Amino acid sequence: MSVILVLIGFSTFVALMFLGAYLWSVKTGQYKDNYTPSVRILFDSEVVKKKEKNKSNDGRN
Amino acid sequence: MLVEDYKIVSQNLICYHCGEECPDDNIRIGDKLFCCNGCKTVYELLEANDLCNYYSIDSNPGVNKKNEIKKNFDFLDDPELKEKLIDFTDGKISTVTFSVPQMHCSSCIWILENLYKMDEGIIHSEADFLKKSVSVKYNEEKTSLKNVVLLLDSIGYEPDLNLAEKELEKSEMLNKKLWYKIGVAGFAAGNIMLFSFPEYLASSSVSLDEIRPIFKYLNILFALPVLFYSASDYFVSAYKGLKKKIVNVDVPISLGIGVLFLRSLYEIFTHTGAGYLDSMTALVFFLIVGKMFQNKTYAAMNFERNYKSYFPIAVTIVKNNKETTKPVEKLKTGERIVIKNGELIPADSILINGKAYIDYSFVTGESNPVEKINGDMIYAGGRQTGGAIEVETIKDVSQSYLTQLWNNKVFKKDDESKIDAFVNVVSKYFTFVIISIAVVAALYWLPKSTTFAFNALTSVLIIACPCALALSTPFTLGSTLRIFGKNNFYIKSTHVIEKLAEITSIVFDKTGTITETGNAEIKYEGESLTEYENQLVKSLVRNSSHPLSKNIFNLFKSDTVLEVKNYKEIPGEGIYAYIDGNKVQIGSRLFVTDNSDKEKSNLSTKVYLSINNKLKGFFAINNSYRKKLKEVISYLKNYYKLSILSGDNDSERERLAEYFPENTKMYFKQTPFDKLAYIEKLKNNNEKVLMIGDGLNDAGALKISNVGISIAENINNFSPACDGILDSKSFGKLNSFIKFSKTSKNIVIISFVISFFYNVIGLSFAVRGILSPVISAILMPLSSISVVVFTTLTTNLIAKKRRLL
Repeated sequence: MSVILVLIGFSTFVALMFLGAYLWSVKTGQYKDNYTPSVRILFDSEVVKKKEKNKSNDGRN
Repeated sequence: MLVEDYKIVSQNLICYHCGEECPDDNIRIGDKLFCCNGCKTVYELLEANDLCNYYSIDSNPGVNKKNEIKKNFDFLDDPELKEKLIDFTDGKISTVTFSVPQMHCSSCIWILENLYKMDEGIIHSEADFLKKSVSVKYNEEKTSLKNVVLLLDSIGYEPDLNLAEKELEKSEMLNKKLWYKIGVAGFAAGNIMLFSFPEYLASSSVSLDEIRPIFKYLNILFALPVLFYSASDYFVSAYKGLKKKIVNVDVPISLGIGVLFLRSLYEIFTHTGAGYLDSMTALVFFLIVGKMFQNKTYAAMNFERNYKSYFPIAVTIVKNNKETTKPVEKLKTGERIVIKNGELIPADSILINGKAYIDYSFVTGESNPVEKINGDMIYAGGRQTGGAIEVETIKDVSQSYLTQLWNNKVFKKDDESKIDAFVNVVSKYFTFVIISIAVVAALYWLPKSTTFAFNALTSVLIIACPCALALSTPFTLGSTLRIFGKNNFYIKSTHVIEKLAEITSIVFDKTGTITETGNAEIKYEGESLTEYENQLVKSLVRNSSHPLSKNIFNLFKSDTVLEVKNYKEIPGEGIYAYIDGNKVQIGSRLFVTDNSDKEKSNLSTKVYLSINNKLKGFFAINNSYRKKLKEVISYLKNYYKLSILSGDNDSERERLAEYFPENTKMYFKQTPFDKLAYIEKLKNNNEKVLMIGDGLNDAGALKISNVGISIAENINNFSPACDGILDSKSFGKLNSFIKFSKTSKNIVIISFVISFFYNVIGLSFAVRGILSPVISAILMPLSSISVVVFTTLTTNLIAKKRRLL
């Protein structure tokens, strides 16, 4: 039965890790604004496109 | 014909920057049209910085710059003010958070996060769309706070600089704590349920019995943080309530949680059972989820305001012919200040120089600007319209007429409303009934067995824990709050809904509340004018900066402008000039006709016109009422006592009578103090008052009423201190909102009945002393979940049926 004890210890440890991760995510403000990031993530691709354009312009010059 | 052609074309002229209709196609860059030079400037600025992506994310995303008033931000160089506005600085790098109410689309977020491309001193900027704020990190050596604000202003996002906004951070901290508590409680509840699983299976095997004690001790370990951290609010609140001799709903909850824990400890350490720790942690978890649901806030809105948030934070002072800026708090009496067009007068003053047309709609509700001549007294809170004026202050900001309203005692009273919350009224009786049942059951068993008596006593207290009772209110009212929010009616807290359901009397403000602001209806009555005469009138009023002249100017479509000679404006009377050889006069009846039997009433809302000394007719200026006023009133008049308080004169009494029932009390020329006193009087007559107002003049009345709702044309702009903000577009739904708040209360009552039903079942086990952990583990979550499902479903279904969703 001692193997169960080991497993319980291990599972509790994993569970505590998740709790810690959750508390950390709250602390770093990941629940503060749950709308803007969803918009922001779409911008990045736009910016990349623009940079490429700039590069090609540079190439012509 | 020409005019008609022009109209058709103009429908297709859309400003590339802000999307508004352009008057003509004169302002353009290539094929891009702009409605005004302001919009064009913004476009040029963005193009120069290679930021035209702004226009590709959302079409016509810009903020209209037409009515922009040039502002002076020099006061931002004042170190003391700067310190108050900045979040953090180490001398080199500073962070500052601005509230930017103009933020409305994805393009706004994009441009606000790309500020660094326009000013190399800006290191980083991050927008928060829901809060409509942007936080900027910048290098003090390369740029300054003033430059950052100027940049934001130049692209159309003028920050709302305000010293009275620090509460938001507080609520954010509380919110974060609640997230922590949910996490801890959920974590513990889940794990304890797993460890308790062997207990649920009645079968016992030798191998399982070996590890059962370990599971139990682990459970205690997990339950400790739940008891002492997650559930701490309930104990604190119950303690505070009892100290004030109030039995609130947290008292039976704390009692339940406490007994659950102690009985579990006793069972585990005496090896008589497994305890109820699974029920306890799950219960706390549910309760906090309910709290979270109730705590929805409209972060971008500020419901608590004081006079400081209305006034500019700095004023322009003239001293020895030099203009300097100074924080408004340091303004002293006897100083000369310059008030520009659209600026608010911060302190009671005397006019020294310039043409003053003071718009007091903010303070008195009087919709037409008042003309003042040199030496006249101007009260704080008025807004100058027209050119710049110079005034000398005669009172401190804090001593002025308007700010005294805030010194009134109502603004110092704490909100004690929570005590009368319905759930707390019920819980008072509930607690006494439960304690008596527990005692009776214990006394019944005591002669037979002490253990049994102890079991029955604790079981009753455990199972009767009013978890469902505590959850029904947050979930029902939380859903209602959300439904109202979707309909542009924003409420400070769920508590307001309960109070809204109980009102007996409704008081309306007139100007801006039942009339539409900035939408005065101007009608010309009298001899019909020829096209040529139209041109004469339009050419005349063109020269005047009086707001009424502007209204008349907009009435005529004619384009031709005739040459105006000998133009004269006589303050308080009217204007005249010779145009094309014709004498044209516009003004009061006396001024226009030299007739001494002047009509006293309606003077302020009628402007007479004469051409070549012949009276032609008059312009009647009427406020237009909100569109659905008739429907709203015809419903409300059946259930509530209605009153109207207006700062205006009584010229509209008859028109109002068409909309309101006969017994409506109407009071005109009411000062802010009169309004406050009227509401107080109603309250003393045991009326529950709903006050609906809009301006600063209603601030006192809104605050003292049981429920104060402020109507706003733009919900992100300021509105006075209130319990709720109603978007003027949703005014027609006002009756639905009040009706729905009553429905919500009924739903809460029904769910109370359901939870009592569960309690009866639970108690039937408990009084017999046979409540096993399994029954408790099933019954308690079941009652909570079924109540939550019932309230959420019915609230949403009824909202859908009433077309509120």
